[in-house]
Amino acid sequence: MAVTYFNEMYEGEEIRVPYQGLESWQRNMPVELRNLKQAEAEALFRRIGITFAVYGEGGDPDRLIPFDMFPRVFTNREWARLARGIKQRARALNAFLTDVYDRGEIVKAGRIPARLVYRNEAFEKAVVGIKPPKSVYSHIVGIDLVRTGPDEFFVLEDNCRTPSGVSYMLENREIMMRMFPSLFRENRIEPVESYPEVLRRTLASVAPAKCDGEPNVVILTPGHFNSAYYEHSFLADMMGVELVEGQDLYVEGDFCYMRTTRGPQRVDVIYRRIDDSFLDPLCFRPDSMLGVPGLMNVYRSGGIAIASAPGAGVADDKAIYTFVPEMVRFYLGEEPILHNVPTWQCAKSDDCRHVLANLKDLVVKEVHGSGGYGMLIGPRATQSELENFRLRIEENPQNYIAQPTLALSTCPTFVAEGIAPRHVDLRPYCLVGESVELVPGGLTRVALKEGSLVVNSSQGGGVKDTWVLAE
Amino acid sequence: MLSRTADNLFWLGRYMERAETMARLIHVGARMNLIPDTADGYRSEWEPILQASGSYAGFEKKYGEAVERNVVSHLFFDRENASSVASCIAASRENARIVRTALTGPVWDALNGAFQELRELERTPRSELGITQLTEWTARQNALVAGAIQTTLLRNEGYDFIHVGAHLERADNTSRFLDVKYYVLLPDAGFVGSGLDNVQWQTLLRGMQMHRAFHWAYGGEVTATKIVDLLILNPACPRSLRAAVQGVNDHLDRLSHGHHRSTDVQSAARGLLAELIETRTTDIFDRGLHEFLEDFKGKVADLGRRVSDTYLIGAMA
Repeated sequence: MAVTYFNEMYEGEEIRVPYQGLESWQRNMPVELRNLKQAEAEALFRRIGITFAVYGEGGDPDRLIPFDMFPRVFTNREWARLARGIKQRARALNAFLTDVYDRGEIVKAGRIPARLVYRNEAFEKAVVGIKPPKSVYSHIVGIDLVRTGPDEFFVLEDNCRTPSGVSYMLENREIMMRMFPSLFRENRIEPVESYPEVLRRTLASVAPAKCDGEPNVVILTPGHFNSAYYEHSFLADMMGVELVEGQDLYVEGDFCYMRTTRGPQRVDVIYRRIDDSFLDPLCFRPDSMLGVPGLMNVYRSGGIAIASAPGAGVADDKAIYTFVPEMVRFYLGEEPILHNVPTWQCAKSDDCRHVLANLKDLVVKEVHGSGGYGMLIGPRATQSELENFRLRIEENPQNYIAQPTLALSTCPTFVAEGIAPRHVDLRPYCLVGESVELVPGGLTRVALKEGSLVVNSSQGGGVKDTWVLAE
Repeated sequence: MLSRTADNLFWLGRYMERAETMARLIHVGARMNLIPDTADGYRSEWEPILQASGSYAGFEKKYGEAVERNVVSHLFFDRENASSVASCIAASRENARIVRTALTGPVWDALNGAFQELRELERTPRSELGITQLTEWTARQNALVAGAIQTTLLRNEGYDFIHVGAHLERADNTSRFLDVKYYVLLPDAGFVGSGLDNVQWQTLLRGMQMHRAFHWAYGGEVTATKIVDLLILNPACPRSLRAAVQGVNDHLDRLSHGHHRSTDVQSAARGLLAELIETRTTDIFDRGLHEFLEDFKGKVADLGRRVSDTYLIGAMA
């Protein structure tokens, strides 16, 4: 089956508008200079300390995520449409969360099956009836997008809990500006550096009613052994807020305090980078050492805001995903600007039959999986992998969804042989507080292996700087 | 500042100081082994070094005989020995990584650079690494970190916690250094004041890179009394117990001033300083150098506990 992929730079022999400013740059880059710059970039990343560890893989915890110097570019017009779609989706997801932990109108209206919501593992009974400040559950919404044509974008998945990777968006830009300042003089590129400030403002805007005065915002990290620790500390630094661990916080009376060298200091907003289940051992997992005993009581009584709010995960579940366009229509009365990838729910018997009959053409994912683990890419799977997956689906159909293999767009990428097209996706970070904000840019992930469609850093993916051109 | 952050900075300071001390101890050991000693000829001078490092028991269990290669493995490279140079640098860098946001780029670069170079050293065949080279490398790394702290770090609490840690560690370490002399087998008391005795004192001075300073400050013959004065009582000597305790006091005072509250640990530190100011070398020798040092180490450890209780644990209201 011959598939043609949309190449973001070349249309036949023609260079598409957004990439015209890069033509001479790439043409005039001798191999030596390229290697030099690549080494320089790597040294910079290592010096700054941006490294990541892959869960369960062991090996060097100080591994670098590969950085590709060839930028990915959007025109202002392309971005404007994307931005509208992303913000629309972020609003709808938050409206949905507020609704399902309240009256559940969307379920009553029969637009989403009750079972998918209330029996969902990510549905958090402990927060039913709690209204978080400004009715925001998901303050940072990471929406994974893929492109298949000039105007065709699809949402692959939503991340409503604690999407990671934004530090790469910022550092990739920083490093590109250091290494190729002339590119930024010649092209008019929208800056992304305001992100930490916008994030801080967003978090401060959802301070609880009981907070009087300037809200004290902190980032809660599982600790320095976590693979995303760099990002936690980077964001804390850029926002000028404290980076705390569970052991630094304690609850007394109606409030949560942090332990400082000057004695206790009240905390108003927690941007947590730990899962719901670890937040409070008295409410969730009793064996959690990462959280703060009693925190949920403070939350319930309006003494603290938690971002994302506990329970937000039910909106980014892969089974709920199918219904996001429906949410847009139901809550906002608008037509969705961004489309979902057509998805078959193996839980439905008709869909399941279709999936099993067409396994070799489909991508099959676990409903709760993430990071590109436990998925099947039909066209690239061996016969035994296909059979293996067939058995797993038949055994537990509820656990799987399937999507067609998308013809992911490609972007020129530096590879050993020179420059070659590689598949990319995009994760922008939408901020929801008093207002909905989107910094013009995002994280572009690139599948560095030839032909590969998996962009996850854990599976040989890299990252690129993502440009939005100014008007 | 978060108590945990203060704790990390405190230990960052301590571990860098300890790394240098360990490297210098190795250096002293190597030099002592070049000196012909008793009438019987050969005897290992590594045991006193291990005694002074406080890790003799651990060493004996793992390596057995105290020969140079084993001692260098243990005191420099062995990550299982929490006080080895490698462990100290790794721990210092890890503490820095945790509080990356409380440090400047140059401080992080210096610590991270030390750690990356350490990994290079670990990959280098041991036959290519001389003891002098290892010692100088470690001292240089400590100097780079200290310099970056000195020239780039904000003079806020973090700066004080690093220095409280470093000065406490230095006070402890200098007393350990002096104690080497106690463990160094003077076969019998008759050797005190002999040529050998003096050579050993000079080696200690060299190990702390204080031999030039000694001559500037005292001149003339190297005697135990002068050395004890230099390394314990002389406020001008940066490695003296007096200077270290003064440093602890200065930084505790700054903290207390910034926080608008006086603390127990401050009083204890002042007490210890006053004691040193009153002490004369004759008092020390009358009491016995080793006994004096043991007592001093105990007081330094107590100060460390009080710093922790006051600032680093973050007691609830």
